[in-house]
Amino acid sequence: MSRISRWFDPGPLPAQSESRGRDSGLTILGCLGLAALLWLIQAQGGGYVVHMTTLAGLFAVLAVSYNLINGVTGQFSLEPNAFVACGAYVTALLTLSPAEKEMTFILEPLIWPFAVISLSLPVALVIAGLVTTLMAFVMGFPVFRVRGDYLAIVTLGFGEVIRVIANNAQSVTNGPLGLKGIPHLTNIWWAWGLAAVTLFVVMRLVNSSYGRALKAIREDEVAAEAMGINAFWHKMLAFTVSAFFEGVAGGLLGHLITTISPSLFTFFLTFNLLIIIVVGGLGSTTGAVLAAVLFTFGGEWLRVVEEPLDLFGLDIPGIPGMRMVVFSLILMACMIFARQGILGKHEFSWRWLIALARRRGGRA
Amino acid sequence: MDALQQIINGLTLGSLYALIAIGYTMVYGILRLINFAHGDVLMVGCYLAWFGAVMFGLPWWAALMGSMALTALLGVLIDQGAYRPLRQAPRISALITAIGVSFLLENLGLVVFGGRPKAFERPEIFNQILQWGDLRVLSLSLWVPVITALILAGLLLIIHRTRLGMAMRALSRDMVTVQLMGIDTNRVVAATFALGSALAAAGGIFWAMKYPQINPLMGVLPGLKAFVAAVLGGIGNVTGALLGGLVLGMSEILLVAWLPELAGYRDALAFVLLIGILIFRPTGIMGEELPE
Repeated sequence: MSRISRWFDPGPLPAQSESRGRDSGLTILGCLGLAALLWLIQAQGGGYVVHMTTLAGLFAVLAVSYNLINGVTGQFSLEPNAFVACGAYVTALLTLSPAEKEMTFILEPLIWPFAVISLSLPVALVIAGLVTTLMAFVMGFPVFRVRGDYLAIVTLGFGEVIRVIANNAQSVTNGPLGLKGIPHLTNIWWAWGLAAVTLFVVMRLVNSSYGRALKAIREDEVAAEAMGINAFWHKMLAFTVSAFFEGVAGGLLGHLITTISPSLFTFFLTFNLLIIIVVGGLGSTTGAVLAAVLFTFGGEWLRVVEEPLDLFGLDIPGIPGMRMVVFSLILMACMIFARQGILGKHEFSWRWLIALARRRGGRA
Repeated sequence: MDALQQIINGLTLGSLYALIAIGYTMVYGILRLINFAHGDVLMVGCYLAWFGAVMFGLPWWAALMGSMALTALLGVLIDQGAYRPLRQAPRISALITAIGVSFLLENLGLVVFGGRPKAFERPEIFNQILQWGDLRVLSLSLWVPVITALILAGLLLIIHRTRLGMAMRALSRDMVTVQLMGIDTNRVVAATFALGSALAAAGGIFWAMKYPQINPLMGVLPGLKAFVAAVLGGIGNVTGALLGGLVLGMSEILLVAWLPELAGYRDALAFVLLIGILIFRPTGIMGEELPE
């Protein structure tokens, strides 16, 4: 166990039954507190802070759903950029007005069903989520025939294929030019509302008998199968659930940045999500949320390394691109020195926090 | 004539994939690790050769040799710094680290070399246009398969006729036992990385001569496709990597030649092939048993 996770280890926890009432109360209080904080940011913060907070919410959704398949089920896959792209394109194609579409698709006209319809955002998001789920379902059959690093490379390949399709299927995606003029409909409440729903659904799933089966598959697939767990369909369950939320988050992402193109959904996006779930602790849902927020704001803070610096009278010119170098180093260092991440495979719980506070408080 | 032209093109591209795939297949055969950074090592090799040729005015063969030597060193350093601490860790940890190394090299490349592509000059010997009737071929296209064949022959000699090669083959069977027999496995692994990276540099430099320019992200796609070639041929098998590379190169060229309207989907072909091969014959063409 790494030094970091040892610091966070509170020792044996009291039984859950002892404190169920108190914990539910604290959770409700915590949610209210967070909602108040979001309201405060919305009302008082500048446009930039609001934008970053919204983005953090979407990253939280993506990280939690990515962690469901990678961390909880232990199927190391590299395809979220494909799901996010699918969700973003479907939602944008459904919400853009026909006039706007005619203006965007100058090289080749948009094919029939999309050209004439214009739906409201919630309907479009649900459809996008379902389309992405369907895509994951179809993908799942070849993908879950293989394991380990083959699974990683096949899913990575799927991500590349989706990007190539987005670049070439001009009459649906408008090719490399992408879609412009998407209405800016995503706000803090959409992003964090979706994050709350995702967190609720994924937590319920992880703590159900299905979730225990998923963890069993992660620990030892052969043993799990011997216990009567159908590994294939359980993996498929985790995969499709994660695809649904990634698709919806992709739709919201499109409506946040208002312009989407294939270059936005490269492996780079997956890489960022991978850093998030590794830092949060592979397999920890709450860790994923924590790390997503940390990543979004930490990334902004890291812009320091790209700006000119005056260090003790020594002028250091800004180095653009340095941020990604630092991110790569963080990922490597995390793997080599602190493989558990912030929370390891554990979850944040009030019992854990209080026990930790007692232990740390007692020692101090 | 047109068919012959396409076959030569396919052979050239296939040889390049093969050169890169060999590095993947050797490392995977021994460590069971997809060295994600392999494509980016190739990129560094190209830049080193570029610096050698442009900054120091070296003749092309000296630039090639120098770059191969330095890239081999880089391969060893990557293994020592990033992969060796994780030998006992779960394999996925090493894979994640490999992805980290890959991004590190790409972004360091962007910072150090700049994002703008640099022109990569073809030496005179590779720049002649040979013409027989309708057939026009760049001399590079004929040299590449020849050089690949020579390199592969040398590599097969090393693997099958030297003590180092024997150690490599033993290591790919059972690492722990080999260690118990008193062989310094770290040195053998380092040698594998050195050989693979040097070949990647060679492949990358000829790749750069073919499309005469280089940029920090140039290694990503050839790297991924070469891995597919390695799986296609049967991972862990050097001859298989050659076969897989040729199959992949040929199919890409033929796709573009026969179905020009699908030319844009060329980059997706490798992955479609990969999915196909993993479903129908997961052991690849040369078929050794698949781990896991």
